[in-house]
Amino acid sequence: MVYLKLFWSFFQIGLFSIGGGYAAMPIIQAQVVDLNHWMSMKEFVDIITISQMTPGPIAINSSTFVGMRIAGVAGAVVATIGCVAPSCIIVLTIAYFYYKYQDLWVIKGALKGLRPSVVSLIASAGLSILLMALFNGKASSWLSANLSQFDVVAGILFIAAFIILRKFKANPITVMLGSGLIGFICYQFL
Amino acid sequence: MNKGWKFYWKLFSSTFYLSAFTFGGGYVIVPLMQKKFVDEYKWIEEKEMLDLVAIAQSTPGAIAVNASILIGYRLAGLPGTFVTILGTVLPPLIILSVISFFYVSFQKSTVVKYVLRGMSAGVAAVIADVTVKMGKDIFREKSIFTASIMIVSFLAVTIFDVDVKLIILVCGLLGLANGLFHKLSKKEMS
Repeated sequence: MVYLKLFWSFFQIGLFSIGGGYAAMPIIQAQVVDLNHWMSMKEFVDIITISQMTPGPIAINSSTFVGMRIAGVAGAVVATIGCVAPSCIIVLTIAYFYYKYQDLWVIKGALKGLRPSVVSLIASAGLSILLMALFNGKASSWLSANLSQFDVVAGILFIAAFIILRKFKANPITVMLGSGLIGFICYQFL
Repeated sequence: MNKGWKFYWKLFSSTFYLSAFTFGGGYVIVPLMQKKFVDEYKWIEEKEMLDLVAIAQSTPGAIAVNASILIGYRLAGLPGTFVTILGTVLPPLIILSVISFFYVSFQKSTVVKYVLRGMSAGVAAVIADVTVKMGKDIFREKSIFTASIMIVSFLAVTIFDVDVKLIILVCGLLGLANGLFHKLSKKEMS
């Protein structure tokens, strides 16, 4: 039963990817490429590339892509439900306790430690996206970045977008789409 | 909780809209959700939002999906959860289904490539903007505990490449220890 297999496979992917994003990659590879041979390694790398270029979490993107190829739209839906199900169960259980016992020192204490670390994690993810944007994906770290590969257009776009967001409280999605449009014009015609 | 269809539509359309523009991984949706639900709609307070992100981040599954489960549950219980999950999962489901048909030409298109290159600079600016705001708020708490957790975990993840799961675990435990310490010292005084 291919639907059941898809569901179970992506249920495990959803269950074991803690920390989101790239943490899911090795688990998807193990299930989809090594265990079930639903995809070749090359196709798997393609999925990661698509995931970086399109909206949505890598795990959801790959469940759609694999599900589609194995069993059409129904397969995509089944795989996606499988991928989301563990989160649903676990997150809802925790949410229930969080709202019931919010004032409990255990939850309050743990969250007091987690809150500042979340800010740091967002900052570090932001730094790696910035690195990718400024050097067009050619630098693997800030220290090894080659200045001759610096993308001036991206640098100006970043600074301009940052100022617009800080000073004028602009809508972030407008800013993102605007930088996409300006980026296209600059790269195409300059 | 009795809420009209207008509320559910607003909840669905805003999560759908956010998910459709979450380029660059799970963390990007966090600042966008913050802007929408905290700053614009004022449905959730910032501190609570950070708690929800901390839970979303430390439970299995995609951060974007977990965060929207939590927001749906917080705003309208289980029906709310269903609505936000649907809103979050549909955009990648639709986009990836379409892309799986046109994958080869999508990958070769220079228009797509240039637009995405410009957008990544905008994404980096959005994350930078929100990080600055969140970081400022942490410092404003004037607590040595939270400020040092933020700084140390930032250094750990950016410079020493420490595993994100380990950082979350340690910060949660430190928060617990801190909470326990305060509870005990309060008891002694009374």
